[in-house]
Amino acid sequence: MEDMETAEDPALLREYYRQMALIRAFELRAAEMYTRARIGGYCHLNLGEEATVVGLTAALRAEDYLFATYREHGYALARGADPGKVMAELFGRADGVSRGRGGSMHLFDPEHRLLGGYGIVGGQIPLATGAAFALAYKNGPGPDAPAVMCLLGDATTNIGAFHESLNLAALWRLPAVYVIVNNQLGMGTPVEAASAEPELWKRGCSYRMPGQRVDGNDVLAVRDAARAALDRAREQHQPTLLETVSYRLRGHSVVDPARYRTAEEAERLRREDPLPAFRARLVTGGILDEQAAAAIDAEADKAVAAAVDFAEASPAPDVATLFDHVYATPVAGGYRGLPGDPVAPDQAARPGPGGGGGPA
Amino acid sequence: MTVISYRQALHDTLRAELQRDDDVLLIGEEIGVFEGSYKITAGLLAEFGPRRVRDTPICEEGFTGVAIGAAMMGLRPVVEIMTINFSLLAIDQIVNNAAKLRSLSGGQVSVPLVIRTPGGGGQQLSATHSQNLEVFYAHVPGLKVVAPAVPADAKGLLAAAIRDDDPVLVLENLALYNTRGEVPDGEHVAEIGRAAVLKPGRDITVVGYSRAAVIALDVARRLEADGISAEVVDLRSLRPLDRETVCASVRKTGRAVIVEDDWLSYGTGAELAATIAEGAFDYLDAPVRRVAAAEVPLPYAKPLELAALPDAAAITRVVRESLGGA
Repeated sequence: MEDMETAEDPALLREYYRQMALIRAFELRAAEMYTRARIGGYCHLNLGEEATVVGLTAALRAEDYLFATYREHGYALARGADPGKVMAELFGRADGVSRGRGGSMHLFDPEHRLLGGYGIVGGQIPLATGAAFALAYKNGPGPDAPAVMCLLGDATTNIGAFHESLNLAALWRLPAVYVIVNNQLGMGTPVEAASAEPELWKRGCSYRMPGQRVDGNDVLAVRDAARAALDRAREQHQPTLLETVSYRLRGHSVVDPARYRTAEEAERLRREDPLPAFRARLVTGGILDEQAAAAIDAEADKAVAAAVDFAEASPAPDVATLFDHVYATPVAGGYRGLPGDPVAPDQAARPGPGGGGGPA
Repeated sequence: MTVISYRQALHDTLRAELQRDDDVLLIGEEIGVFEGSYKITAGLLAEFGPRRVRDTPICEEGFTGVAIGAAMMGLRPVVEIMTINFSLLAIDQIVNNAAKLRSLSGGQVSVPLVIRTPGGGGQQLSATHSQNLEVFYAHVPGLKVVAPAVPADAKGLLAAAIRDDDPVLVLENLALYNTRGEVPDGEHVAEIGRAAVLKPGRDITVVGYSRAAVIALDVARRLEADGISAEVVDLRSLRPLDRETVCASVRKTGRAVIVEDDWLSYGTGAELAATIAEGAFDYLDAPVRRVAAAEVPLPYAKPLELAALPDAAAITRVVRESLGGA
């Protein structure tokens, strides 16, 4: 810890704290907005994962691509998405990052090279592998080459798409970094109850893929490990399987009371909460004084309040746009009926009611 | 015009598209060194190299998803899934990602992807290797599904699919690969979503796609000798579905028989029969009839397999019944 203050740019450390505080404030507000029925569907929060989120995104360069899971609000914010547009998406409004089509689980912001949050567990892993394939198809490795980061949850390491993707990435030497965001629970199932090898990063060994487990509550450790992996991806087209270990503070989604958790666990969570820990670390290290830290916290609350205002003011998508964005290339004869609308073309020159025996 | 096989038309189109656009690449199992299970990609690895013609391990979900991800980045991958039966292993990627990414992203991401895959029974491949699962995909908004019946469409629809900015499943058919027909020389790009009237007629409309359209045409030609004038409509595309052409034909003839290699319940014929009931009800002189596969896992033994699949005799019988036992 003593090293941190000397080795790190204080402005950068304050920026990490600012981002973590913003995510914390955003997610707490999202939970509140969910209970106030502004947000529908499923809503998974990054509470407790702020150090991991900020550490991973700090390692990414602007030209790198990120594929996320459905627990991705924080990643969108840290990647640079406008908090108002993210909140508007949660609200299902026209100004949302995905124009109200995706919701909480499907945030897209190609401008910031966030190529989606994905609602089907692991659905993003082959896609991220394909994005890395496309990068390799166009350009060789090099210090300035872009890379792809693919997030996945601990339980996702049990699905076939994970293994198929890692095999392809290693076989074809793709510039990809797979990050297992291990929050120790797949919904309510502990890692040890779901994975025969609970040290999840070791699963990359089958594919001769370098890997590492880092403390997900340590933003700098996460950043440094991710940066090394990304460098390996861009400079050598060597994929990596990184594992960050943290813990989510709340249930699987907003509506999950997390009764599967023991009182001791809950207490430990509060003790190890990365946000106050990092705050205290910066204050102790003289990077932030209490007043400056409080100002950052207040700024985060203000930004989130503005985001909520923006989302509230944004209109719902016009029903007339229902069929927009389904296809990129217009098609002949595509059916665009609403429920109950007639399917068939007009019966022009119909012979008459109950006619039967048409002009055959 | 040149007379070539359906297989040759597919091969030549892939080759021409690879030459035309560096963003086009082929991905699939055994398409390179082995030259494809059905030899559609013969010679292409030698000509274009492993960057453009990429052999994959056996992992349909993985490589189909990789192709979708590459398409999101602007490449135009053409995936070969060895048969449509194996597409079940990739169905999550096709239905939940390829079909939905444009919509979920509010139009910010496109998936210019082609999946080529043959369906079809009749080769004694038994239950797991003889299915016609195209309606699984035709059911899903966001996908396009085309089904060429003749070599000219194998060329025109495959070229159209590759140049389309949406995911297109190109349904091929094992029984059609060796069929021959006239194919336009040079550039030939069909319009996706248009059915074709293969043969005009007055008395009855017979609708089919892929192999079924070819058999229907053969039956219609034979029926001419008996004075029956059957119009044959080849759907060519299952999504979008050209309801207008089908209804226009039935409004003219007053009768319809739908031929399909998939199972009867919930199949293409059911969709078309409902469409005709709305679009040509007052013109119908007989109930719409369907000729579809028997609802069993297709058996191996030849007599059982033959009994289960639609054939010319069944179509002929149903056409005659529809015409009042003529």
